[in-house]
Order: sequence, then C-alpha cells, then structure tokens
Amino acid sequence: MNIPAKRGNVALSCLQIKNIQARHLGPLSLTVSSDAAISLRGQSGCGKSLLMRAVADLDPHLGEVMLDGVPREEFSGPQWRKKIGYLPAVSQWWGDYVREHFDEEKIDQDQIPKWLAALGLKQAVLEAATATLSSGERQRLALIRLLANRPQVLLLDEPTASLDPENVTRVEALVGDYQHQQRCAVVWISHDHQQLQRVASRHFVITQGRLIAQEVAWR
Amino acid sequence: MALITLTPWDLSLAALLIVALAVLSFQMQLGLSRSILIAALRTVIQLMLIGLVLKFLFNTTHPGWIVLVSVMMLLAAGREVMVRQQRRFSGTRSFMLGTLSLFISTVVVTLLVLTVVISADPWYSPQYAIPLLGMLFGNTMNGIALGLDRLTQTAWQQRDVIEARLILGQTSQQSISDIRRESIRSGMIPIINAMAVAGIVSLPGVMTGQILAGAAPMDAVNYQILIMFMVTAGTGFGTIFAVTMGARHLFDDRERLRLDRLHKAIV
Repeated sequence: MNIPAKRGNVALSCLQIKNIQARHLGPLSLTVSSDAAISLRGQSGCGKSLLMRAVADLDPHLGEVMLDGVPREEFSGPQWRKKIGYLPAVSQWWGDYVREHFDEEKIDQDQIPKWLAALGLKQAVLEAATATLSSGERQRLALIRLLANRPQVLLLDEPTASLDPENVTRVEALVGDYQHQQRCAVVWISHDHQQLQRVASRHFVITQGRLIAQEVAWR
Repeated sequence: MALITLTPWDLSLAALLIVALAVLSFQMQLGLSRSILIAALRTVIQLMLIGLVLKFLFNTTHPGWIVLVSVMMLLAAGREVMVRQQRRFSGTRSFMLGTLSLFISTVVVTLLVLTVVISADPWYSPQYAIPLLGMLFGNTMNGIALGLDRLTQTAWQQRDVIEARLILGQTSQQSISDIRRESIRSGMIPIINAMAVAGIVSLPGVMTGQILAGAAPMDAVNYQILIMFMVTAGTGFGTIFAVTMGARHLFDDRERLRLDRLHKAIV
C-alpha cells in the first residue's frame, strides 16, 4: 500500500472527498485525479483550512475520504497522514537543528540534496539551528520535509507566501516535477490569482461553506 | 525524655503568627488574607478530626476501619490532584486519572513496606499504616498534580507543534514525547531535590516529629530514610503512570490531538 498505484498506464492515485462536513463547512465533495492540480481560494475563515484538516484527519468530522478508491479507515491515522502531504501555512520546528526534523536514514541519500538544490538551498542548511532560519528558508525546508515522506497527495496552504519571485518560481517548478513523477493529486491554496492560473488546471472557490467550480482562478 | 504536652494556650500563641501574617497580607493587598485564615482553620479542624480518628483506630485493630480511613484519604488526595489542574480532562476522567495513579503507586509501595520492611504485627497495625499512607498520599499527590498540570498546559500551548508532527506522520505518542518527558520531570524533580538536601538544608518532617517525641536520633534517621525512599518511589511511579495515561487520553483512536477533551477550571 506504500507505492502509489500505477497499473499499466492508467493513473489511479486520486483523491476523493465525499460529503465532508466540519463546523460551518460543507457538506462538500471533490475529486482530484492523479497528476492533476486544482486551485482553492476563499476569504480568510471561509473554511479552507478546515477542509485541509479534515482531509488530513486532524479533527473529528463527517464524510469520507478515499485514496485510489481505498477508504481512509483502512489506514491508521499516522499512515494516512504520511500519504496526505499537508503543508500548513505556518511551519513548526520543534528541534534545535534542522536535521532533527528529517529521517536520519534518508537525509543524506535520497532526493533531499536534489530538492535542496532545486529550491536554492545549500546542503549545509541541514546543520543549521532552526532559530537562525529566515521565514523563506523555513517555508522551503518545510516543503522538502514534507516531500521526504513521499506523499501521494499534496495539500499546499500558501506554500510561497513568504518567498521572493525567484523562489516562488523554484517552488512551483519543484511541486510540478513531483506531481508528474509521483503522479500525485495536488490542491494548491493561494491568494495569488496568477499563480493559481499557472499551477492548477481546475479552479474552485469556497463561499459560505460551499465549494464552487470556476472557469478561471479569479472572479 | 518525656514529651512536653502543648496546651491550647500554647497553640493560640502560635496562631497569633498566622493572624499577623494575614494582617500584613491585607495591608499589602496580596489578596491572600482570606485564604491564609481559612487554610489555617482547616488545618486545625482537619488535624483535630484525624487525631480523634487515630485515637479511635489505635484502640481497635479491625482492618475494616483502616481500609475505610485509607479510602477516604485516597479520595481526598484524588480530588486535590483534580482541583490543582488549570486545564482538566472533562467529566470524571480527571478525578479517575489522579485517583488511580495515586492508588497504584501509593498502595503498592505501602503494602510492600508494611509487610516486608517493617513487618509489624499485624502488618496493618494502624500506628504504622496510617502515618505511612498519609506521608505517601501527600507527596505523591504533589508529583502527580504537577506532572499532569504541566502536561495539559504545555499540550494546550504547543498544539501547533504537536499537530505539525502528526501531519508529518508521527504517531500520537511520538508527537508528544518531548512534552511527556518534561512533564514527568517536573513532577519528580521536587522530591529528588528534597532527597538531595535532606539533613543538610532541611530536617525532614518525620525525623523532626520523632525527635520531638523523644525518639533516639538514629532511630528517627532510619525511619526518615525509609520514608524518603517510599515517597520518592511512590511519587516517581505515580507521576510516570499519570502522565503516560494522560498523554494517551489527549488523542483519540485516529491519533488526532483532542484538546476539546480538556476544559479550563473556573478559578
């Protein structure tokens, strides 16, 4: 169950959300197919985070979520959350050093050096104290920390909010590459309409607890 | 060496110290005068009552009475653990958690000491059982209350960190491991410190009491060492048990952080 389902050339790694209901949100349903990105907008407090938290199974709520047709209940909470790569708007760093937040076995081999380079970070940043990181470094490292779990879905809550234009481009490119390679489903939350137009193929907005599909990523 | 008996008049003189403290705290607007006087009054009434109970118990060695007194002490200590939590588990869970932890650590340690170490005859002799239980409940209660309070408060403040770790696929117990460790430490450190300074900075209560009552200093010291070991073991095991159970109950079966299971005490 750890390998993204890829039977023949048919992509199956899709995220299905059915009748999710949490506080003032929903019920709402949504399907994101594999190797596809959708955009999600809405005013602050409209329930974007509630939806992300529900999909990642962080709060009690109603509704079903399935990955490749397998219901969430087939997995333990931690197993599920590893598959659902949720990147909250603000990253948290509990250890004194960046390195402590990565799996020791994976940190040197694997893709991490490649991803660091792709986001304009030096390998040495792994040895840095977390207190010395800039907000932009934190945001990029949080993405790499998340990708290290090899999630099959990415829920990105304003992943470029504190980045300069050059790094915004880098993050968009890395997420795009990861999406194609892993054939994963991506939900991209942002207030930047042009960015959403670039990164996503379908667009949605949440108003008054309901999900509305839109032709383009602005009104 | 005969014990000099204290008269009510002697105690009234000592009470003047408390009154003086209450007056000073009133003038300094510390907001403590009422608490000081009520607590002092409670000390007098509660100790008088337990004195009467002990007088009765020492004249009877029926185990039923000893069990009854022990259970009442346990419930009172369990309630005290609960009311010291700023954020408590809702419902009866908070009371049960504290009481169960007290019961497991204290009762096991006391039974062990009464039967194996002291070997009184009968082993439940109230003269040994009740004071030992009292010492243990009093100290273990402090450790458990400190540990649980630290656990729930820190979990509340660091909910974002705990959830960030859950989001990355850590198990509930991995995500709270640092907080759990710090909470257990904060429950145990006072008693470890007390052991470290015993005899140098402070003359502990049991020893002081026995010496005042005319016991030979070395006998008093031996009992004090026994009590220190019991209290430390009881506090340590009780705090570890309470904090571990508490840390589990902060999460549900999907390993989601459930701070809605806590409610803030109305102070």
